Amino acid sequence: MAETADKKDILRGGQFLVKETACEDVFTPEDFNEEQKMMKETVKEFVDREIVPHKERFEHKDYALTEEVMRKAGELGLLGIAVPEEYDGLGMGFVSTMLVCDYISGATGSIATAFGAHTGIGTMPITLYGTEEQKRKYVPKLATGEWFGAYCLTEPGAGSDANSGKTKAELSSDGKTYKINGQKMWISNAGFCNVFIVFARIEDDKNITGFIVENDPSNGISLGEEEKKLGIHSSSTRQVFFNDTVVPVENMLAGRGEGFKIAMNALNVGRIKLAAACLDAQRRVIDMGVKYANERVQFKTPIAKFGAIKSKLAEMATNAYASESASYRAAKNIEDRIAIRLDSGASHSEAELKGVEEYAIECSILKVAASEDMQNCADEGIQIFGGMGFSADAPMEAAWRDARISRIYEGTNEINRMLAVGMLVKKAMKGHVDLLNPAMAVGEELTGIPSFDTPDYSEVLSEEKAMVAKLKKVFLMVAGSAIQKYGPELEEHQQLLMAASDILIEIYMAESTILRTEKNVKRFGEDAQKEQIAMAQLYLYHAVDIITQKAKEGIVSFAEGDEQRMMLMGLKRFTKYQNQPNVIALRNLIAEKVTSENTYPF
Amino acid sequence: MKILVCISHVPDTTSKINFTDNDTKFDTNGVQFVINPNDEFGLTRAMWFKEKQGATVDIINVGGPETEPTLRKALAIGADSAIRINTEALDGYQVAKELSAVAKEGNYDLIIAGRESIDYNGGMVPGMLANLIGASFVNTCISLEVDGETATAIREIDGGKETVSAKLPLVIGGQKGLVEESDLRIPNMRGIMMARKKPLEVKEPQGAEIETKAVSFEKPAPKGEVKLVSPDNLDELINLLHNEAKVI
Ligand SMILES: Cc1cc2nc3c(=O)[nH]c(=O)nc-3n(C[C@H](O)[C@H](O)[C@H](O)COP(=O)(O)OP(=O)(O)OC[C@H]3O[C@@H](n4cnc5c(N)ncnc54)[C@H](O)[C@@H]3O)c2cc1C
Repeated sequence: MAETADKKDILRGGQFLVKETACEDVFTPEDFNEEQKMMKETVKEFVDREIVPHKERFEHKDYALTEEVMRKAGELGLLGIAVPEEYDGLGMGFVSTMLVCDYISGATGSIATAFGAHTGIGTMPITLYGTEEQKRKYVPKLATGEWFGAYCLTEPGAGSDANSGKTKAELSSDGKTYKINGQKMWISNAGFCNVFIVFARIEDDKNITGFIVENDPSNGISLGEEEKKLGIHSSSTRQVFFNDTVVPVENMLAGRGEGFKIAMNALNVGRIKLAAACLDAQRRVIDMGVKYANERVQFKTPIAKFGAIKSKLAEMATNAYASESASYRAAKNIEDRIAIRLDSGASHSEAELKGVEEYAIECSILKVAASEDMQNCADEGIQIFGGMGFSADAPMEAAWRDARISRIYEGTNEINRMLAVGMLVKKAMKGHVDLLNPAMAVGEELTGIPSFDTPDYSEVLSEEKAMVAKLKKVFLMVAGSAIQKYGPELEEHQQLLMAASDILIEIYMAESTILRTEKNVKRFGEDAQKEQIAMAQLYLYHAVDIITQKAKEGIVSFAEGDEQRMMLMGLKRFTKYQNQPNVIALRNLIAEKVTSENTYPF
Repeated sequence: MKILVCISHVPDTTSKINFTDNDTKFDTNGVQFVINPNDEFGLTRAMWFKEKQGATVDIINVGGPETEPTLRKALAIGADSAIRINTEALDGYQVAKELSAVAKEGNYDLIIAGRESIDYNGGMVPGMLANLIGASFVNTCISLEVDGETATAIREIDGGKETVSAKLPLVIGGQKGLVEESDLRIPNMRGIMMARKKPLEVKEPQGAEIETKAVSFEKPAPKGEVKLVSPDNLDELINLLHNEAKVI
């Protein structure tokens, strides 16, 4: 941590859009230190021993097994990675936190969810916002797995609109307790947790308030039946009813009316960790997919040799590689930002809060991108398996069902898409990210005469980096003009926001992929990285396509006549390759590596 | 009780095996290395002696710096300190000789090695080591108890078991049975963090002479196609074995 903490000029959240990042400044999975590598092996071993052999049971609503595995995870210290040592945790950095979340989540969504809900939204509100007494009382138990936590925000009438909950907290006449009444829904870990983080409204407050509530059935707490779900069959999801539940005033989290802030900040961490939770799941699907494709023979040929299958394997590997690249890049930014705050005297919780909040945009981007990559990966995994893919006796069916939830919880992907752009605009307004000047520069470029020089792209990935720089101009052009046009009413134009968000997401993912690869080319040589270079190029190729399409949608929706023509011409210029990549050759190269190694080898 | 566990750094069993330099050298490119399984059974048994009988557990490896992650893992599992003898391990005698210097100096009561390491499967080191330091030796050891100055070990022998009683110091060539697979430990996070702070001493080699040299390696022929014969059609099986495979 120390070596980067003094780099005060590390990128701020959202700044990737307007600043160029040197590849040396991104953290990559190849940068794990020896300790992190050992942690990774440990977690993989744990999963292979405690989860994989019981896959069948996880598909048959074995909630007790989830609890048992969680307890064992606690014994290994996996639940306390992010918790400071003074509260019996390990006090490790954010990268290590992500790494554990990544590798523990790969084999079943049931554990991914139980782990995420417990260590993230179930524990973090207390470590981040709790008083010293609250932390001493609850955190050590949660960090070791003696107790489990759950997070009660959603209600039947309050989902995406999380601040609209009807659950009430009423202060007693002696001022010593609150009485909580209300109904919470979709609560992960409800069936076996010991503590709930509950959000409720006091009187007619504008914002909700957070409380720590111990699970005690004799205190008016009851649970609904286990929900019947599409996937994550052994993750406990139940309604929680509070009926005159008495909570001492000391159990209020932070101040009155601060619950919404707590809820949102806990979700920032939850989102980036959810992205991590979609990584090993992709690797495992690819691993199973390629093993099957190498073995399955049709027309006297292993299906892995067919171009149609190669294309799938290459795309799956590329997306997994991209989501790894971006997740760990952001994780390290957060870790460094926390270190800077700690150095300047902030408390641990303050530093962590601000560190993660700084990158809330990236957290939303990652949540959306990784969950959709995971979904596509599992979907193609089924396709590679053919009819066996559809069978519950083969592993793809569960992977596909389990993947589906990630697009819904921790804020739906729609909400996160809008948040990403919304937060960026807010940051720009506050002056934290200067979008205005770069947007104006793009405007001038649009009306100016384009350069007819032929740039020298002989250096590896140089054209790709130039392309990313141009794609950033597309975002500035589209979003800049849209803001000018609609001002604060932009919020009403959701489809435009969603398009802008897709552009933003693709830029971050493509850039992270290219930077990781460039860094590794410099270290390990071009030859050792030829498949990674191909993946960076393939990812970018799709990103350019998506961005072209989304930008066009946006431009045409709000600009007319000359303005529209000028922007469409700009779009063409900003998305033009000098050397059109041969994507079929790229896919073949990537697929060759995946099939010859018979696993996800990157 | 002072225990020394010999830890060999070997390719994971699922690794792809290739050779370089005209088939004279194992190609370590892209290979994942692990603690030799036979040594891991021994290490786990050593942890039991540490926890139940207050033993101290040192670990040792003859090898270059690339073997340190394997030693750190053994430290994370619970060994107290590690020694690495800084030289490439080339043959059994050399390794035994290098180990013997440390073993003598450290006055160990018990030296646990694996029956063989799963890379070259030489299986000679523990016996040679015992001889070099003048200790008792039990090979293919599947159970080990120590009471004061006496060890009781069970050996696997053809078709049965042999129970041996031996005076310490003792060297064993251990294997599965010392503990079972389900007893093997995954290092916990605190162990991993502590491993960083535990001593890992690098010692220069004695320079033991190397008596053998690998001339070349060759891989078994790739598996041929599998033919399935129905159990109702034994004539066909005999026909294939006789005329095609020409083995009967
Ligand atoms: C298995 C599971 C586990 C869960 N675990 C927990 C938990 O532990 N704790 C907890 O508090 N909650 C939990 N949830 C709840 C989850 O966070 C919510 O389901 C999610 O936030 C969406 O809310 P909703 O279901 O009410 O959908 P709605 O908000 O009704 O959304 C329906 C659709 O409308 C879209 N939509 C909604 N608002 C807007 C808008 N303003 N603009 C555009 N589109 C919009 C959504 O994107 C979605 O597509 C869990 C849910 C599930 C299914």
